Amino acid sequence: MDFIIQNILNALQWGSFYALIALGYTLVYGVLKLINFAHGDIFMVGAYIAFFVASWLLGPVFGLDPTITFVLAIPLTMILTACVGVTLERIAYRPLRRKGAHRLYVVITALMCGLILEYGNLAALGASRKKFPDLLDKVIWDIGGVSVTNLKVLVIFAAIAVFIFLNFIVTKTKIGMAMRGISYDKFAIPLMGIPIDAIIVFTFILGSSFAGLAGLLFAMSYPILEPFMGALIGWKAFIAAVVGGIGDIRGAFYGGFLLGFIEVGVVTVFPSTYRDLFAFTILLAILWMKPTGLFGVAKHTKI
Amino acid sequence: MQKYTFNFVLAASCLLMLAMAQYGLIDNYIQAVFMFVGINIIMSTSLNLVNGNMGEFSCGHAAFMCVGAYVSSVLSVLCFGKLLGGPLLPASMAVFVFPLIIFIGGAVAALAGIIVALPSFKTRGDYLAIITIAVNYMIISAIENMPSIGGSRGFQGMKDTVWAMVDTFNGPWMLLWVILFTVFTVWIIRRFISSTYGKGVNAICQDEIAAEIMSVNTDRMKLVTFMLSSGLAGIAGGLFAHIVGYVNPQSFNILKSTEAMVMVYLGGMGSLSGAVLSAILFTGLMEVLRSQSLIEFILSPVTFVFPDWEPSAGVIKWVLIPLILVLLMQFRPEGIMGNKELSDVFPKLKKYYSFK
Amino acid sequence: MSLLKIDGLTQRFGGLQAVSEFSVEMQGGELMGLIGPNGAGKTTIFNLISGFYQPTEGTITLDGTPTAGLKPHQVTSLGVARTFQNIRLWHDMTVLDNIRIAQHYRMGYTVWDSFLRTKRYRECEKRIENIAFELLEAMSLADYAQELPKNLPYGLQRRVEIARAMSIKPKLLLLDEPAAGLNSSDVEGLIKLVRWIHDNFDITIFMIEHQMKVVTSLCQWIKVIDFGATIAEGTAEDIQSNPAVIKAYLGDDTI
Repeated sequence: MDFIIQNILNALQWGSFYALIALGYTLVYGVLKLINFAHGDIFMVGAYIAFFVASWLLGPVFGLDPTITFVLAIPLTMILTACVGVTLERIAYRPLRRKGAHRLYVVITALMCGLILEYGNLAALGASRKKFPDLLDKVIWDIGGVSVTNLKVLVIFAAIAVFIFLNFIVTKTKIGMAMRGISYDKFAIPLMGIPIDAIIVFTFILGSSFAGLAGLLFAMSYPILEPFMGALIGWKAFIAAVVGGIGDIRGAFYGGFLLGFIEVGVVTVFPSTYRDLFAFTILLAILWMKPTGLFGVAKHTKI
Repeated sequence: MQKYTFNFVLAASCLLMLAMAQYGLIDNYIQAVFMFVGINIIMSTSLNLVNGNMGEFSCGHAAFMCVGAYVSSVLSVLCFGKLLGGPLLPASMAVFVFPLIIFIGGAVAALAGIIVALPSFKTRGDYLAIITIAVNYMIISAIENMPSIGGSRGFQGMKDTVWAMVDTFNGPWMLLWVILFTVFTVWIIRRFISSTYGKGVNAICQDEIAAEIMSVNTDRMKLVTFMLSSGLAGIAGGLFAHIVGYVNPQSFNILKSTEAMVMVYLGGMGSLSGAVLSAILFTGLMEVLRSQSLIEFILSPVTFVFPDWEPSAGVIKWVLIPLILVLLMQFRPEGIMGNKELSDVFPKLKKYYSFK
Repeated sequence: MSLLKIDGLTQRFGGLQAVSEFSVEMQGGELMGLIGPNGAGKTTIFNLISGFYQPTEGTITLDGTPTAGLKPHQVTSLGVARTFQNIRLWHDMTVLDNIRIAQHYRMGYTVWDSFLRTKRYRECEKRIENIAFELLEAMSLADYAQELPKNLPYGLQRRVEIARAMSIKPKLLLLDEPAAGLNSSDVEGLIKLVRWIHDNFDITIFMIEHQMKVVTSLCQWIKVIDFGATIAEGTAEDIQSNPAVIKAYLGDDTI
């Protein structure tokens, strides 16, 4: 029993990262119908930004206390990662949108930008991996036979909080309504007086900042950073978002956790090298049975 | 007579290449570059069938190259190598059996193509992209979990087949096979897409619903096209494996798929001559960017400001190539050829070849 | 045996009833019209006949063969061809190619034949091309064989679409608002074309149309539907004076 609860907690924590990243994918896809293939790499950039922010704050210039560093690192990482995301949008995606370029070209651009981020990182910072500094004193609670660290709880809590926050924004605020409007009819929205560019920038800010948060928390949980850390996680988070039903943040949230459960579950039974293979296979099987995802709605083509 | 100029020029240049290789006028490295040009042509034209002519979005083409590479390598080692028990066949048969091995590798890859063809019946676009990327990862992951063929450490021993061929006749066998298979690939694809059968693929791309209602069996067309595309990629994989003599699953990951995509979009979707041209260009570019001195030259302004930074050509290459594609998407998304063929842009060229 | 027999056809999309109990029986050689206000369900009926949708209830039988469960290309191979409300030609392929591709179901050769260019392939391709050219000649489109449809005026595109449908050698031709978007001289040309097709081919034509001139000059029999249900049928004179039809189009006097 303890074994099961322990694994459930692990799955929740592991799934939280996927959920946070998947939310970013789904927000951008919902608004722009664009798979931002670079999003997983924005997560990686977020982790590195967190590393530099934390090192800098802890370092000789400021010499701050680790806990204060942690508290400051959260908003700083999120803001800076959001800047990266918005810059990407401005430089790479917006010009194509202006030209009315075919969606395929934007997707290819996204894929390429992801590669540029990965290899740019590798080129600029070298191949040696970075070790993330310890920021939080590890507190382990032993409940029954199950051990839980405060960090794990924090990660899960963060994912849930972000989801509630995003859900509120998308369903209850005006800007959220505008975001949903854009996903239905991109051309009518500016005609209704809604500044489409501003909404899109806002979407990227949301998505990227939460990817940055995920990067920070991931770096704290698994303190070794390397330039390709975002690639595989990004792909899987994206597939999780699609399985959940892309365009719907509930889909991303539950999809991310579903993937977390699948992966932790597989590893308990099979050797860990099978993890990715099973994860992809199961996800594809779900997609095959329900192509629009668990929460998705099928679209009818009219002729 | 003029109509056969193209065939003549092609045959002559291939013979020239082979002669130069045989008589040591070009070294092994240049030979390898020629061979990689051929392999890239096969990869690019085969992906062009799916991404260009059919307008789908397959992002995992390297998966089929991988299947072909491994299947043909294992067969090769079984038949002529020593790694998996003694050779089953005498070395003198290598020259005849090798093309069979490559074809079988391609056939298995074609069957693997069914995995992506089936979902394509129901979905398009972004969804298919995900599925193909996932299949790419899955195939690599599956092989990494197969220690009997080397797993993640890789597999080798197929060079024995090449040596067996060289023992029979000391010549540039791999170069010959690459040339033959490349010509075969382009020839088959050309025949396919110029027939009414193959034009159904373009119809699906431009309006799938109309195609279905106008009697095109879209499911069958998708199956055939995917299988043809993956099969040819498998052939490329088999050749690649025998040139290098060593394969490892990570050589066929998303990066290799990206290379194939770059070539297709650089050349222009749906253009066969575009795919060939861009494969040649791209291979050349990859070679040029291998030069550490060139990279350092290009980046000299940056290293001036950051003198401690030592850019490595292998890494910078992979910043520059995606960058090229990004710029391409911004300024000339239709690629070099658009969706025209070389003979549409230069109609006078039509005089020089006859196509049956 | 009737060529087209539709019995109690009903189509529901979620809560919306698009078609209610539509029934018709058409014999070979007829020219029937289907009219009704916008959104009445006319195109849905065509989509059901061509197999693009599967009916919620009811049966469709083509020349004795029920079409239930068949995919669109299979229905087409039974001898049904159609045109679309918004022209759906393949705009980046030549007019000739557009016509050739519509013969896909009876190409007569396999993909291996296309690789090897066997005798069978060459003969079949010749036949396909001949049929295409004959049709283009007959419909005065031969000069445009190598043009791209997107470069042709709308009226000609319509003709090409009809030619493409004809190359399927259909027994039943479904025309979905063929006169939509045509100017008056093109409409005259269309009427002549449809009449010519009707007279010179062994074919049944079922036509959705809004322009009364086209309907009255061509159709022997007209069915009127509104909100998915048949509200009237008869000859052109019957329909034009039918109060239910007038009400559907113009509303009645009560305010």
